[in-house]
Amino acid sequence: MLNKVADPDASMHTAQGEIAVRLDGVTKRFGQVTALHEVNLSIRRGELMTLLGPSGCGKTTLLNLIAGFFMPSGGEILIDGMRVNHLPTYKREIGMMFQNYALFPHMTVAANIGYGLRMRGIAKAEIVRRVSDALALVKLAGLEDRKPSQLSGGQQQRVAIARALVINPRVLLLDEPFSALDKSLRASMQVELKDLQRKLGVTTIFVTHDQSEALSLSDRITVMSEGKVLQVDTPEEIYRRPGDRFVASFIGDINVLRGRIEEYEGERAKVSVGEASFQVSAAPLGPLSPGAPVDLFVRSEHLKPASGAPTVAAGRISAVVYQGGHTDVYVDTPAAVSGKLLLRLSDNKSGRWEIGAEIKIAADGGDAVAFRAS
Amino acid sequence: MPRSPFQWFLGCLGIVVVLAILGFLILPAVVVTLAAFNDKAILSFPPEQWSWRWFARALAYEDFQSGFRNGLIVTSCASVIALLVGATFAFALDRYDFRLKRTIEAILLSPLVVPHFTVGLGLLILAAQLGVARGYGVVIVCHVILVLPFVLRSIYVSLRNLDQRFELAAASLGAPPSTVLLTITLPLLLPGLVSGWLFAAILSFNEFTASLFVTAQRTQTLPVAMYNYVREYADPSMAALSVIYIVATAALLTFANSFLGLGKILNVEQSR
Repeated sequence: MLNKVADPDASMHTAQGEIAVRLDGVTKRFGQVTALHEVNLSIRRGELMTLLGPSGCGKTTLLNLIAGFFMPSGGEILIDGMRVNHLPTYKREIGMMFQNYALFPHMTVAANIGYGLRMRGIAKAEIVRRVSDALALVKLAGLEDRKPSQLSGGQQQRVAIARALVINPRVLLLDEPFSALDKSLRASMQVELKDLQRKLGVTTIFVTHDQSEALSLSDRITVMSEGKVLQVDTPEEIYRRPGDRFVASFIGDINVLRGRIEEYEGERAKVSVGEASFQVSAAPLGPLSPGAPVDLFVRSEHLKPASGAPTVAAGRISAVVYQGGHTDVYVDTPAAVSGKLLLRLSDNKSGRWEIGAEIKIAADGGDAVAFRAS
Repeated sequence: MPRSPFQWFLGCLGIVVVLAILGFLILPAVVVTLAAFNDKAILSFPPEQWSWRWFARALAYEDFQSGFRNGLIVTSCASVIALLVGATFAFALDRYDFRLKRTIEAILLSPLVVPHFTVGLGLLILAAQLGVARGYGVVIVCHVILVLPFVLRSIYVSLRNLDQRFELAAASLGAPPSTVLLTITLPLLLPGLVSGWLFAAILSFNEFTASLFVTAQRTQTLPVAMYNYVREYADPSMAALSVIYIVATAALLTFANSFLGLGKILNVEQSR
């Protein structure tokens, strides 16, 4: 790692699109339970890939398989093109950071960070130098002799990052690393981690259930549910063009409206809701013919009060929540599948919204996706 | 808040009860200590004349000396063996799933419910049947059986409390399993191992009932020697020995507390 820091262009040298970690049909069963079902996934060198999903979706199992804590029940795991299915963890050259950091409580900060270097038989003087470089990198210079218990949560996390990175791992694995931090610290640590990751160009696999964390940090996101991969794409694509009902509703606040297919125009379909119509991708609709009912997913920030524009839905305001940068207006309407719509309005004139008032809602022409009605 | 006379009475009663309980706890030690300094050759209380002579007699008495030596030999062997065996079983029970796991655990813990004299008597009969001489071996085996449940429990609890992510982290940093055991698992288990060993040593050194069956004149431990002494004599030597015992134990605990951190050893350490 530190050699790479000395050479700021290091990340330029790595070929774009080269595969660092590949999973081919990886399945993992625990007794009768299938935790992962034929997962195929390629992680490019130098990218930050997030495994995102609700708890129990198999994302942590996937991370543990890559780390070598379990063996897969089927399929192949390749790191740098080498099959590692049965390679024990200690030979895999990975850096792993745990949710609780797992800093060795009986060792000093320096001994913690130097542990991996000692395992590699590196000379003492070299270890001292690399440990202090690593500490400087995570802005903890001078804390070599502290014990983990004498550090704050943020400092412990920095030590854990330094310990995982100092061995120049082929892959850095992060298991919900920010969940133990309070909100303000979390945001600044996220920025720092992303910075560090970009600077070092280390391939990183990051597990989280927090969709906003995933959107802000990732180069690409793998959305998982029930042991399967649902979509692999950039945060923007995942947000704007979710390929699946689950992905659409898991990421961001979204409204589901009852719509109807009007007609197909090549790759696109026209879906009508109320007086308005939406252009959506035809791909998820499959063989549905015009006239068929569909569920239309529209982000809450793409709905607005209709002032002359074609009305999507009409209803009664049930709640108004001022959020500082924006205002959330909840509307009861039969047009929504759940009977409720959320409008996220960026103009902060919340005074205009009276609870109980009638409101007509229009769309602002942003992205919408449609799926077969459930 | 004004207190009614009844509440005042209850408060006083509480203080009296607590003082009485504390008094009863230390009273035997106080009586024995005072009796030890009695100049007369009978165990009587309170003493009329003060003397150190029973301390000299207790220390010089040959059976006590050999009993102390035998006790040290048996205790050190038995506690170390129990520690090794207990640690191995605790590790297996914690980390692996195997057939008859519950049965094996129950057998290992059974000396807790079997009376000590049963264990002693059983070993005595077995030793006689097998023609084994009543040497140190039988006594040590007996003590290992009796202290094993305590050692096993203590280490098992420590293992349960050990976060396996420490070991996984070490493995991810390139440590092979044997190195993980030596550099991570054992150091983190040290408080549990030391407390298990301490339990074993104290129990073994004080064990009387089973020892009475399995020791011979040559191998009798201190509690057995004391019992034999009381059967023959009634002078304050025993009391003097008790005082020495109390002082020695207190000194040992003070030492352990200041140098090793007894609180850390006796409690399950916060290892996270």
